[in-house]
Amino acid sequence: MDAYITKIKAISERLLKDGTVEAVIGFREGTLPTMSEPCFIKRSDDVKDLVWNANCRINLANYLTNRKEKIAIVAKGCDSRNIVNHIIENKIKRDQLFIIGVPCKGMNDKDTGALQDNCATCTHRNPVIYDELAGDLVEEQTGVDKYADVKKVEAMTTDEKWAFFNNLYASCTRCYACRNACPLCYCPTCFVDESKPQWVGKGEDPIDVRTYHFLRAYHCAGRCTDCGSCEAACPQNIKVRQLTKKLEKDCAELFGWEAGLTLDKRPPLDTFSIDDPNDFIK
Amino acid sequence: MKNLMEHMGVEPGRLQFSWISSAEATKFVDVVKQVTEKVKELGPNEKFIKKTVKVA
Repeated sequence: MDAYITKIKAISERLLKDGTVEAVIGFREGTLPTMSEPCFIKRSDDVKDLVWNANCRINLANYLTNRKEKIAIVAKGCDSRNIVNHIIENKIKRDQLFIIGVPCKGMNDKDTGALQDNCATCTHRNPVIYDELAGDLVEEQTGVDKYADVKKVEAMTTDEKWAFFNNLYASCTRCYACRNACPLCYCPTCFVDESKPQWVGKGEDPIDVRTYHFLRAYHCAGRCTDCGSCEAACPQNIKVRQLTKKLEKDCAELFGWEAGLTLDKRPPLDTFSIDDPNDFIK
Repeated sequence: MKNLMEHMGVEPGRLQFSWISSAEATKFVDVVKQVTEKVKELGPNEKFIKKTVKVA
């Protein structure tokens, strides 16, 4: 990790000094322990503030939406996949970006210090797209069961499932940290904030909470890279990835699709194929 | 969507999809009958009822 940061700093300083980019998006020491915070570095003198450690959980692709200037961004495997998403969805142009790829062995959970759940089953640790690497590529994990927890829920009866999710979201305060930390959630006005029409109640009624989580997850269908930003941001430690992971699994099974791996293919939900599964239509 | 609804604990059969052309009147009638039967079987959906505060 120390070697990474020396390299990240050197690359950032060079890019800022020679004017290749106007800003570098990276991490600096946070105001709380075990929380590194995202930052924009605009002067080469400030490069010294950059850090890289096991607390850089937040997905930096979140900060690229609709940017106009040239930007360098520090990207782990998952960040790089979300950068691909952003480029595919026309939220940023590839030639605006200088991607500093960081091969990643996983981030630590903010409370337990153990490897984050999503990192433990990650199969894309190396950036899929980058201009320069901050370290040697790491070995990808193979043979991990990514969907063990989804399968557990799938095996439940309808009522058990309902109860499981009621329980899961019971402590949700609707702070929307998960939405704000998510690089996919860039709508100018989120459906939960609209009032004409008001799609969903704004209180903590279990039905409203569930509607919010359900719809937010659905908006991420075929786009979610399981970066774990939502879970890392949740102040109540809710396992908010449960629904997005189910969608990820479905996308893999129905369309053979994993989000953010290539710039050359359109995502399954915005293309039509004659082979699309349609068993659900009677 | 159907998968996710069912994953979340909504009964299978609660959400149904069909593709019916405007010329397929008989298919429309059949589908409506089937859906009605299926939903009657499941009974009223009480999961989505919000408990509102009663004001006297």
